[in-house]
Parts: sequence; C-alpha cells; structure tokens
Amino acid sequence: MSLSRDQVQKVSLLARLRLSEAELETMTAQLGQIVGYVELLSELSTDDVEPMAHAVELSNVFRDDEPRGSFDRREMLSQAPRTDGEFYLVPPVLD
Amino acid sequence: MSTPYEIVIGLEVHVQLRTQTKLFCGCSTLFGAPPNTQTCPICTGMPGTLPVMNRLAFELALRTAVALHCEVAEFTKWDRKQYYYPDLPKGYQISQFDLPFSADGYLRISDAKGRIEPKKVGIIRAHLEEDAGKSVHDEQAGQADSRIDLNRAGTPLLEIVSMPDMRSPAEAKAYLAELKLLLTYLDVSDCNMQEGSLRVDANVNLHITTESGKVVATPIVEIKNMNSFRSVERALAYEAERQYEAWRETGQELGEVPKQTRGWDDAANVTRAQRHKEESSDYRYFPDPDLAPVQVDPETVERVRSALGELPADWRHRLEVTYTLTPYDSDVLVNQGRRFVDYFVQLAELTGDGKLASNWMQQDVLREMNERGIDIVQFPIPPDGLAELLEKVKCGAVDTTRGREVLLTMLETGKTASEAMESMGIHALDDSTLIELCRELVAANPKLVADVKSGKLQAAGAFVGQAKKKNPNVNPARVREICLELIQQM
Amino acid sequence: MSLIELSATQLLAELEARRITSVELTQACLAQIERHDGRVGAFLRVDAQGALQQAERIDQRRRNGEPVGRLGGLPVAVKDLLCSRGELTTCASRMLENFRPPYDATVVARLKAADAVLLGRTNMDEFAMGGSTENSAFQKTRNPWDLERIPGGSSGGAAACLAASMVPLSIGTDTGGSIRQPAALCGVTGLKPTYGRVSRYGLVAFASSLDQVGPLARTAEDAALALEVLAGHDPLDSTSVDRPVPNYHQTVRRPLEGLRLGLVREHFGPGLDGEVEQAVREAVRVYESLGAKVKQVSLPHSKYGVAAYYIIAPSEASSNLARYDGVHYGHRTDERALADELAAERQALGPGREDEVDSALVRMYRRSRSEGFGPEVKRRIMLGTYALSAGYYDAYYLKALKVRRLIRQDFDRALAEVDVIAGPVTAAPAFKIGEKSDDPLAMYLVDLYTVSANLAGIGGIALVCGYSSGGLPIGLQLQAAPFEEERLLRAAHMFQQATDWHLRRPKLP
Ligand SMILES: [Mg+2]
Ligand SMILES: [Zn+2]
Repeated sequence: MSLSRDQVQKVSLLARLRLSEAELETMTAQLGQIVGYVELLSELSTDDVEPMAHAVELSNVFRDDEPRGSFDRREMLSQAPRTDGEFYLVPPVLD
Repeated sequence: MSTPYEIVIGLEVHVQLRTQTKLFCGCSTLFGAPPNTQTCPICTGMPGTLPVMNRLAFELALRTAVALHCEVAEFTKWDRKQYYYPDLPKGYQISQFDLPFSADGYLRISDAKGRIEPKKVGIIRAHLEEDAGKSVHDEQAGQADSRIDLNRAGTPLLEIVSMPDMRSPAEAKAYLAELKLLLTYLDVSDCNMQEGSLRVDANVNLHITTESGKVVATPIVEIKNMNSFRSVERALAYEAERQYEAWRETGQELGEVPKQTRGWDDAANVTRAQRHKEESSDYRYFPDPDLAPVQVDPETVERVRSALGELPADWRHRLEVTYTLTPYDSDVLVNQGRRFVDYFVQLAELTGDGKLASNWMQQDVLREMNERGIDIVQFPIPPDGLAELLEKVKCGAVDTTRGREVLLTMLETGKTASEAMESMGIHALDDSTLIELCRELVAANPKLVADVKSGKLQAAGAFVGQAKKKNPNVNPARVREICLELIQQM
Repeated sequence: MSLIELSATQLLAELEARRITSVELTQACLAQIERHDGRVGAFLRVDAQGALQQAERIDQRRRNGEPVGRLGGLPVAVKDLLCSRGELTTCASRMLENFRPPYDATVVARLKAADAVLLGRTNMDEFAMGGSTENSAFQKTRNPWDLERIPGGSSGGAAACLAASMVPLSIGTDTGGSIRQPAALCGVTGLKPTYGRVSRYGLVAFASSLDQVGPLARTAEDAALALEVLAGHDPLDSTSVDRPVPNYHQTVRRPLEGLRLGLVREHFGPGLDGEVEQAVREAVRVYESLGAKVKQVSLPHSKYGVAAYYIIAPSEASSNLARYDGVHYGHRTDERALADELAAERQALGPGREDEVDSALVRMYRRSRSEGFGPEVKRRIMLGTYALSAGYYDAYYLKALKVRRLIRQDFDRALAEVDVIAGPVTAAPAFKIGEKSDDPLAMYLVDLYTVSANLAGIGGIALVCGYSSGGLPIGLQLQAAPFEEERLLRAAHMFQQATDWHLRRPKLP
C-alpha cells in the first residue's frame, strides 16, 4: 500500500510539522516504502492474540497523596522561549 | 407549554477530585496560587519525566462510580489523548479511552415540589483523567500573546458522562444538583463551580414532530462555558429555541452536518458557534506506556460499597421514616448537605421531636446561616444548645415567637437558652398569675366574652394579644385555655 | 599496560589501593580525548574542569580514609539523552540545543551517589533514532577501528569513546539495539537490561515501552559493576520493577555449570555475512569447550520483529515528541519571520480565504518543530502519527502489539529449553559513513537481531567475538529470560576468560 502526497500533507499537519515541497516528495516515497514493508504483518493471523502494550506486566502502581513541593517558578520559566516572568507566552491562541 | 418538539439533553461533567496533590506529581492542587508556582518538571511535561498515579485520586473516583451504581471494570488502563494546545504541556492528556474504570450507572432525580417527574438518568461512563492548564487570552482576540499558567495542569478530574436522558432544562438542573449533592456527601470534591472544580458541558438536540406526524432529530450541539446551574438551564432553553428556528429555516437533520460546538455567553444570553479551523480532531488515542494498568477485584468494589455511608437518597428515606417528616421537608434538609443533616439528626434525637427540629432548622437556622453567610459547621450554637431552647418551647416556657428572639440573643451574646431567657426577663409564669391576668382581661372585655359565648371561638385570640401586651412572657396557648374556661364558667 | 587500557574493575582496585589517584586517571582520559576525539567525535561536551574537581574531591576523601561510593573516582561518560541537573542535555537535537533540565535522571543521580567522575556527554543519533550516529544534529562520530565507518548507534559516542580508550565506562540507552549494536561494531561489551530493571526517569523518552538504560564497558565484569549501580526500583518510574538487585559484580566471576546454549534457527538465514556467521559459530564452539550444551531453538516470529518495531517505536515516539512545541522549553521559531510569512501567505490568497492559512499558533508549532528536528526524527514522527491516526490504528498499531505478544511467547518457549540464546548482533560489521543515508528501510533492517529483545522486554548483552578480514569487530549477542542479567553477565565473562578479543584496541592515528 502506498501513501498519497495529500495523505502525507494531512499527517504533517496532525504532527505539527511543515514540510517543504522537496521534503514532501521524499517523505511520501519513503513512508510508502516503509508502510509497504510493515504490511508483512498482515500475513499473520492474530485474532486471538492479546495486544502487548507494556514490556513488563505490572499493575496497580500508585503513590501516596503526599505533597512533594513544587519547583521555583524562575527555574521552571528559565527554560521557556518566551515568558513575562509569570506566564509562558505564545502567539495569540485565538486569531 | 406545548412545543412541537422534545428537547434531548445529555450532560458531561468534569469534577476535580479532592486530593492534596496532582494526579501524577506531588504539586499542590490548591486554587488561587500565583501563576506557575505550583508546577514541577513532571506536570510541565519536561523531557524524561514520568507520571506516577495518585492512589487517593483513584480511590475517590472509585467511590463515586460505585455510588453512581456503575459497573467497575476489573481491568482498566490509561490512554493518551493527543492534541496540541499550549496549556497541554505534553501534547497529550492522560485519560481513559476504550476501557474506562467504570460504566453503566445511573442517578435518580426528583423534585419534592413536583416541578419534574422523578426519573433515573443513565450514566454511560465515568473515567479519571488529568486537567490541562489555563490559557489567558487577550480581550481583543488576536491582538496580543496568550499567557499560559500550568498550576492546574495535572489536577485529577473525574469525567461523568450521562445518557441523553433529560427532557427539559429543569431536569438537567435537577440532575446537576443531585450529582453535586452526591459528590459532597461522598466527600470526593468541593464542587466549587466558580473555582472550576465542577464543569458542565451539554449535548443537546431536538426531536421534532412534523405536521405529517413524522419525528425528526436536529443535529447535536455541544454547549460549553456554562458557569452555574442557572446558566446551564438558560443555555439549554435558549439552545432549544435556536435549534427549532434553525431547523425551520434549513431543515437540517441529525447526521447531515458535523457536530457543532457552541459557547454560552451569559451576559448576552445566547450560545455562539465556536470557531475551529483546525483539521477535524483525530486524538490518536493509545495506551500510555508509562503507566501500569489497574486491576480492581470484586471484593474491593464491595468494600468500597459498604463504606459509602448514607447517601442523599438514603437520608431522605430515613428522615421520612424515622422522624415522620414529609418528603418535602426531608428533601429540604438533605439538600442542605451532609453536615446539615447531621445537625438535624442530633437535634431531633435530643428533642425527641423531628417535626419541631425540622421547622426550626428550615426556618430559623437556615435564615441565620444565610444572613451571616456561614455554613452549618460555622453555626455558633451546637445542637445541644439549640435543643435546650426547643425544650423550653415544647414545655411552654416560651412561645415560638418569643423563642426566636431568644435564639437571636443566644447568637448575639453566646449565652445558653436559659441564660438568654434570664437576661430577657423570661421566666415561666405560674398558673395563679396567669389566671389573675386572664380574669382581668375577661372582666374588661364584655364584647369579646359575648362573641365567644355566641360561638365565635376565634375571638379568644384577641385575649392572647392583649395578654402578651401586658406580659410578653405569657404562654399563648395557656392564656387561651384559661380565658375559655373562665368564660364558660360565667 | 597504560592506565587508559585497564578495565574499570582493575582501575577501581588501583584507586582503592591508592596506587593511582582519580586525578591522574581523569587526566589520562582527558589527554586521550584531547589527542583523538577531534577525529573520532565521540563526545558532544567534555567537562574537564568539573571532572577534575570531582576527582580531586574523591582523592581527598580517600586520603582522609573516608568511605567512597562503588564507582569512587572512576571516569564515566554519559549519553546525552540522560538528564543532568542544570547541565545541557541536548539529545543531539537542535530542539534541545540549550535545554538544561532542573532535575537529574535517576541513573545520573545514582552515578553521582556512587561518586563517579562524570567526564562528559557522548554523541548519539538525534533522540536516539538511528543506528549509525549519523543522525546527530551536531557531529558525526567515527568508528575508532576505521574512521571511514560508522560506530553504530544510537549510542555511537558511548561505544566509540570506550573503544578509543577515552573512558573506562560509559552509559547508553537501548530502544531497538542502541547499546548492543554499537558495542558490537566498536568491539566492546554492551548490556541492555530487562525492561523495568533500570529506572527510565530522566531518560528522554524515544519509545517508552522499549527504552532501557544500560552500561557499555570493556568487559562483562565492568558491565556487572555498572549494572549494580544503575539497577533498582525507582518510585518515580511506574514501570520500574521492585525486586532485589543481585551482587552482579560478585557473581559475574562464577562460571555457569552445564550451560544450555540455544542457537536460533532463524538467525542463520540469508543476509548474514559469512565472516559474522563464522565468528559467531566459533564463539559457540568456545562455549562447548567450556562445557556448554548447544541446542537448536526456534523464534518463528523473529522475521516480523523489525516490522512490529517500526510501528510501535515510531507511534510512541510521535506521542513522546509532541511535547517539543516551542512553548515551555526547547526551540521556538523566530516570531518576526513567522508573522511575516503568515501575512504574505494571507495576502497571496486574497480576501475571504485567510482561513486556509494556519493560525499563528499552529504555524509557530509547525515551524518550531520543523526547524528543531532532523530528517530521521521527522520521518518517525510522521510514521507514528500515521499509524495511530483514525482508520489505521487497528491495522498497524494494534496489529503490531499482537505480534509483539507472539514474539514474547517465542522467547518464553525457547528460554524454557535453554538458559541463554546466542547469535549475531548485526548481520554485518560496521558500514561506511553515508552508505545507507538515502535508504531508511535498509537502515531499519540493520536492527533485525536486536529489536526482538526490546519488544519482548528481555535482557541482552553484546560482546566482541572476532574480527573481520578488514579488521572490524564482530559481535556476539546473548539473550536470557527476564531479570536473568546475572546469567548473561556470567556467560559473557566465561567467554572473555577464555578468549582475548575484548582486549584488542584499535590503532588510532
Ligand atoms: Mg474529558
Ligand atoms: Zn508537578
């Protein structure tokens, strides 16, 4: 199965990536090739197989509701691209 | 009210669970802290950090689900719901998708005043998830940066999704009121809508009967931004009318257009379409590899069930049966909350008179609470203090009207009932004093005596009034009794 | 032998006996880096000053007779994927070029608590995505055995610095072979522990259900020592397992009696380089000479490993890397240029069609991410986003999770019959830099022998078992049942006691 350029374009928006025309070209071809390869799995019948999402099957892992103290705001905001010292700033969400 | 349509409502409620710390990290969940002061690398989704689930959050969620008669899944897992928004720092919300921890419950709603018919509202599912942060947008959209505060990010939320079982805004309001009451009885949330710890979204459409008798359904609309139960009621009423008008104009039916989201504008009293020009949402849910699934065995569910205690419906029943209250009275008491009912029960037990206790709580205690802006826990007179006063009223040492004045004195001075009465000069008058007083009144009012004799028994009331003027501490019932006796002897 | 050629175990014994100082050792490592890393490119950053200060502190404590930790004064290199408080942690990505985490990864905290000397940060494929270290945004790393060739990856720097005798111990991560494959291609020993054995907290996630931290070392004995420091339950990682940590460093010297060694039928098919096959079979004969019983076993679903892996890993990666959006940390695009670009596009479209252009926020995300990520990272994000998107989930992601279960069951069956599975790490020795750059699928197929352990969650160790006619190292992989690291380390140590492949060093110009 191969992917269309249009599909790849749509996935790039979903993934919040922006591909140049050339990148889109290459990406379409390469994804098509990889997807073609992974189609290999379809030859296996897996109807009765439980999916395995975790490599180690633990359950009921909890912590107690005990405060651990937050980090200093200056330290947290120091990693952000743009702040006003109190908030993270981003281009207008509504425009 | 004969509308040619039926309104169909389902509600989605998000409740903030009463934990000290967030769902996956040790940051505080207290409301109102300065922006971005309750965050850490985990709740801001910094690289390499991992979530570890808060046990209490899961327990509170479980308690709620059991109280809502939900089936609790033996196996539940955590999924990532993926979308980009600046207040969602990981780019996904940890939530539950195909295997929520609970499903298929119900909540009974009714109204003691009979404004709605009692009914069972189905609960489709209840699941646990994390909250996002807060985005503060500029008033003038598009003019300035949006500001992001992540204090709320990662707060535990219980999402409760109802069936589309409600058929009027009043039913929706009753559902919300009963749900909130249940949650407060369970002590799982403070349900403060102003602080966002209880949020409501509604899914609404109409079933319209056309002239030909055919029933058509209008497209489902999701309404957001409703900040009080009152606004939920108004938004639903508005939306019903709007959909009816829209249908008459366009004839659009369910399935012909994509689901629309509209925001409620409380000031303008309208719902408005919310703009979304992004690609249609594709959340790409998948199991979160960072979190282990949870298994809940039936014994645990039973343990939770038996530890629930009495819930509002149980209390209503018990108050009716044990204290012979009317359904209306027990409803009023129970709707005031768990602590209020506790107070009532103590008062009723101490006085041995449920009806009397109920009357005083509904009228006097409630009025004073409202006037003072306090809740029952802060009410200055403990049940035994109020019981002492009610005893005096019961035995006739003081009448109800005068008793209210005693209550005010108690509240103002902190005195006990006896002390307050003492300071007000109220002491029980002995019968001989009363008889003397009544003799004087009967002698001085031949006209009234004649009225009584001619069978107008209500004229005796005038003697009571006059007696109270002479001495405010007389027992009105006794005065009436004595006067009638004296007149009969004449 | 010079200081830099000794094993970590030997060096610690020298330090303990105070025949050498940590400062001398650290200086020797720094000198070797100074001399050769210009060509090898194993390190992204070397913290000479910090390392020497730490070395001095440890020496002082030893002189005072105070106790020091298990790695007291030993220089260690750390892959740049593991967070270190207040220090750059770039993941070899432009996205995190200036990122300084305000926290330590649990493994970094454990190294610090063990009094290691943290020498510097090693190069890797960007966000650990790749098998050649060519995908680093900053530099290429070259194989010390042949500077024209790749060192393997993604922990390429971690393996190369060991092979080039720049450091006695280094820490890597393995999601589909990223410790074992470069260890094999650089002729050192690399251990991928069982999933859950070592905390992932502070390991910048690539594929959370596959990632695991582990040591690269000169010998199995050194790997045992390192694992003892790294392993253990961490309350900050819900997937870390709470079970006791054996004294690996003590038990590693005990040979395995009556070892049952499994050879996987499917491992010796077409595509396996003749010299690699010969070296692996020769290694098996060494084990036989040590008393091992060799048995054929089958992993019937192993040929589906790469396909399942290249659905699961990119799917998780697409989600894990969604957080790099230029809002809370990391790279953000130039906002002036962004505004100009949008204005121009809207104008070009004309009135009424402005809505066809991204909003400023969406374009901010898209530009920041496209500028911050390299081609391989973008490819995997695209692949994973596609595999998880509506309509494809069942066919790809869910299917892959089911195949993953089958692969695990294969191992369970095989490892009930034998103690250890032996086989190749890669089908061929290190390839030339640039050789597979234009063919991502060919690159992915290099992971054929390593991805299954990650999918199944079991441990694996790679060690050098010979050299090609061109003088390139060839690796042997041993795999065992979950939490049987002791067995893997003992088996590897037996081999290294009987052979000397692991003692060879490349001749650096
Ligand atoms: Mg929700
Ligand atoms: Zn936090």
